[in-house]
Amino acid sequence: MTSLPQNETPRKLGLVIDLDICVGCNACVTNCKEWNTGGHSAPLTDLHPYGRDVDGVWFNRVHTFEAGSGRDHRVVHFPKSCLHCETPQCVTVCPTGASYKREEDGIVLVHHDWCIGCKLCAWACPYGAREFDEDAGVMKKCTLCIDRIYNENLNDADRRPACVITCPAGARHFGDLGDPNSAVSRLVAERGGYDLMPELGTQPTNKYLPPRPRRDHAEATGAPDLLEHLDEEDQPGGFLGWVDRLLSR
Amino acid sequence: MHPALSVIFFTTTAGAGYGLLMMLGVLAPIGILPPDRVFGAVALALALALVSTGLFASLFHLSHPERSWRAMLQYRSSWLSREGVAASVTYLPALVFILGWVGVGNTSGTWGLMGVAASFMALVTVLCTAMIYQSLKTIHEWHNSLTLPNYLMLALMSGGVWLSALVHLFGIQAPTVDAYVIAYTAIAWGLKVAYWNHIDTTRHPSTRRTATGIRARGAVRLVDPPHMTDNFLLKEMGFRIARKHALKLRRITHVTAFAVPLVGLVVALVLQGPVAAGGAVVAALSASFGVVLERWLFFAEARHTVMLYYGEGPA
Ligand code: SF4
Ligand code: SF4
Repeated sequence: MTSLPQNETPRKLGLVIDLDICVGCNACVTNCKEWNTGGHSAPLTDLHPYGRDVDGVWFNRVHTFEAGSGRDHRVVHFPKSCLHCETPQCVTVCPTGASYKREEDGIVLVHHDWCIGCKLCAWACPYGAREFDEDAGVMKKCTLCIDRIYNENLNDADRRPACVITCPAGARHFGDLGDPNSAVSRLVAERGGYDLMPELGTQPTNKYLPPRPRRDHAEATGAPDLLEHLDEEDQPGGFLGWVDRLLSR
Repeated sequence: MHPALSVIFFTTTAGAGYGLLMMLGVLAPIGILPPDRVFGAVALALALALVSTGLFASLFHLSHPERSWRAMLQYRSSWLSREGVAASVTYLPALVFILGWVGVGNTSGTWGLMGVAASFMALVTVLCTAMIYQSLKTIHEWHNSLTLPNYLMLALMSGGVWLSALVHLFGIQAPTVDAYVIAYTAIAWGLKVAYWNHIDTTRHPSTRRTATGIRARGAVRLVDPPHMTDNFLLKEMGFRIARKHALKLRRITHVTAFAVPLVGLVVALVLQGPVAAGGAVVAALSASFGVVLERWLFFAEARHTVMLYYGEGPA
């Protein structure tokens, strides 16, 4: 069913990505591939993995941007995957019903057995979140690790997306963005989390937290501005003075 | 956008076929075209052959053509699905109309109504095709109100030139056909000029800044792409054509799709006999080539918002 859910979904599961913390290590990219090549969307095909034109299906990719110059210069590592939009055109353009948005939690999925590989959904997604599997001839995409988050064989701590549990810096958070009191919603409110390309009206569920203002004044760290100057005249006496004179020779 | 040959082939051949069908379905019932059975057979066969080859090309563009019946299911939300439904429905009145014209030699009454119905469904199909592109907010060059009239007039023009050629080859006296096709060509040309002017002078609202939300001072630049080689996104949506090449191809399109056909059609209208037929045939061949070029440019010049993440500027 490629019509969007009639009512607002009761839950809006998604990710919050902290651009202040992300160090661009690609651990999330790797663990995403690792989990998903064996999960719901398996396999995430790689074409010519050992050749010169390596290509393959990846649901999460890290871009690195910079902006400004001199003291204003910033480097921002920018992980990007499906944002599980509230009003995604990727779903409504699908002619077959393969693409759908789940009524219960807002996750956007592809029914691979119905997909004809027309690729129209990839044209409709502004963010490049859809990945065509050349080998299977069907569209694949981030499932928000639907096969982890509801997986009763995993313990609670592991019922989170693979990218989130693996992030060594703690830059990725998972939760219900439809509940204003959830930890992720509070984080978004506190830190001014924002949408990507809000002008296109996709209403992404995933939010990005901006880099914090740069701290480049020594006071901010609690250290003194300069160390106290040691005068020639105030040379220590006694044993230390003798050592100092000995070594200064 | 990557100009996939199958899609270009589909939209141009099917477009011409539907344009031809639109004209035949109306001009025969109102008596501008005679109910000549041989002429009807050839003209309708050409229309259906163009439409059907186009549809087959589009099916083979899919990686799972065996599931293509599913593409008719989501007509409530998807223009592609609506196009599939409209294209299939068009066959019903079209086949009855063929039976009347070619089988019975009658294009009036109920047979004629079937022609008008086929013509209407052909129109709906072309409009659905155009809406597939026009509705995509991600592509500035498509998401504007000129895409649909362009598609429609190019379909009428590229089908019409073939009708003109057939009319002259069969020695049928129907100057109205030439006059119509001249008008379609002029309108299509005007719309294409307006379209190119529009995409050259307007901008998509999205920029690298809105795409990333990075608010630091100065332009946002890509330092490191996510991978060393081209991925699906870059292969499908990363196609870029140099401005100077695009301008050259636009000039060739002006000449082949519009200027030469107009001259040929005027020759066909004012002169008689083999010279007139020659003019109409030249117009048909030139317009068909020009429309393929136009469609290639329609894709090649289209820029997708995802490229903002790969360091491109706004469309
Ligand atoms: S990010 Fe793209 S693929 Fe994901 S829901 Fe939004 S539009 Fe669809
Ligand atoms: S590629 Fe598959 S999922 Fe995407 S629009 Fe086409 S049929 Fe739907």
